[in-house]
Amino acid sequence: MSLKILIGAVELGLIFGVMALGVFITFRVLDFPDLTVDGSITLGAATAAILISKGYSPWLGFALAPFVGALAGVVTGILHARFQIAPLLAGILTMTGLYSVNLRIMGRANLPLLGTDTLADSMSFLGVPLQYRWVIFGSLLIVIVVYLLYWLFQTELGLALRATGDNETMIKSQGVNVAGMKVFGLALGNGLVALSGAVVAQLQGFADMGMGIGMIISGLAAVIIGEMLVGTSTILRALVAVVCGSLAYRIIISLVLRMGLQTTDLKLVTAILVVVALTLPKFGFKKRLLNLGRWSNAAVKENN
Amino acid sequence: MLQLRKITKIFNKDSVNEKIALRELELTLKSGDFVTVIGSNGAGKSTMLNAIAGTWPLDQGRIFVGGEDITNLPDYKRAGLIGRVFQDPMVGTAASMTIEENLSIAAKRGLNRGFKRGINKNLKARMMEELSHFGLGLENRLNTPVGLLSGGQRQALTLLMATFKQPRLLMLDEHTAALDPKTGEKVLELTDALVKSMGLTTLMITHNIVDSLRIGNRTIMMHEGQIVLDVKGEERERLTPQDILRLFETNSGRYLANDRMLLVKPAASVNRLVKKS
Repeated sequence: MSLKILIGAVELGLIFGVMALGVFITFRVLDFPDLTVDGSITLGAATAAILISKGYSPWLGFALAPFVGALAGVVTGILHARFQIAPLLAGILTMTGLYSVNLRIMGRANLPLLGTDTLADSMSFLGVPLQYRWVIFGSLLIVIVVYLLYWLFQTELGLALRATGDNETMIKSQGVNVAGMKVFGLALGNGLVALSGAVVAQLQGFADMGMGIGMIISGLAAVIIGEMLVGTSTILRALVAVVCGSLAYRIIISLVLRMGLQTTDLKLVTAILVVVALTLPKFGFKKRLLNLGRWSNAAVKENN
Repeated sequence: MLQLRKITKIFNKDSVNEKIALRELELTLKSGDFVTVIGSNGAGKSTMLNAIAGTWPLDQGRIFVGGEDITNLPDYKRAGLIGRVFQDPMVGTAASMTIEENLSIAAKRGLNRGFKRGINKNLKARMMEELSHFGLGLENRLNTPVGLLSGGQRQALTLLMATFKQPRLLMLDEHTAALDPKTGEKVLELTDALVKSMGLTTLMITHNIVDSLRIGNRTIMMHEGQIVLDVKGEERERLTPQDILRLFETNSGRYLANDRMLLVKPAASVNRLVKKS
């Protein structure tokens, strides 16, 4: 693998790592299979792309995207918590609606950002050539996000969020509004997903209606691979695992591409990857793989 | 402290499966009352606790805790007043989180949760102090995920969580029933000690008639959504387990004993007593 390809994979791994962290929050922490992700990543990309193409600073789109994404999460949260729609369906409903919303935002199906200034261009103060800037930016971003989440999960609110995903009866009996907590978690997760989308659009130089398709599965792939490689014994470890998983996933993908498969084959490869990761334990592979629950469930199962 | 005024709960109202679970039930608890609740399956014991906790709205009646009308408060807002331990040891704790994380959540029961650190030195010291009274060695395992604990340990932890921030009312729903006899006895001892030292107003459902008279200062018996027996003081002290069984028969015209009671160890001794008399 040449250095150039490796850098490309690392760039994507870091930036999609932010999305994977969002997926981790909904899927693992909240135990909510949230399909909003497919729509909210495009939403973030569309928001950033339209603002950049209208001549605004790329930082504006970067700053706004998480809030727009959080709004999408709030919609899914209300559909589920307030109107009792099943999690999967609530997510699909929002995702479907977002398709039209995204098209409205962009005005067309594909919005190229060629010839406009992106985050990478505005980071000339880093003093490094353009091709390394995304890696530096991605590293900084992911470290900040991981740190903030690590901090959040130790606050009173963060602990309540984790307990909501673990045991609703328990957290209710401790005086926590479960509906509110779920809306908060979904907003947080989708905010991160949209933030990731805003950067992805600038990295790849365009926002596209189809870019969100299957994103939830690649996010999940990153989460599961990370759990396999790094483990989940503490919350910090679980967060770092997601980032490592995202990097590993992108490296695997770039290897697959070098083997001669087409970009369009990647969805199938990803789906198979997730299926393999989920079914291996049933055939007696590492028990840790079976960790379909949350971080220390693996430890629990091994000890019981 | 607690007042239930003519509370009625009907499940599957206006259908063939209609079931009146609580029938204009009246109950008043004084501050510091430790009331044991007995009655056969389906008598409405758990329904009464759920009504107080606010699991669903009532069909009729009002509920007061400490003079405050909580009838229309959602369950999570009542939680600040009420500490609860469930029958299933898995229900009261978050398995994937550590002992200290669970307790830190309990420390804020019913209070606003913000961006302050959930666990600090003082809180940790208090956790270790309170856990050490249990004599289960949990004070040295604060960072252990609760899922690794045994049922008895988890139930003891749930008990501590329910009382970690002093509740106005403690509700125990057969909280020792899922434990082996020895562990159940230990948890019951801890319960008694905690309730006494904190002076808690307590409602404890039990299927064990011996325990129902041995523990607490008042015993109520429920049948078909109503209270059919309410004894305290001397009257209660004079009661024997077989009296309870007989009282139940006269009150309801039915046997209290069911398979569950026959299987519980102390209840077996009750049966021997019944045979003798």
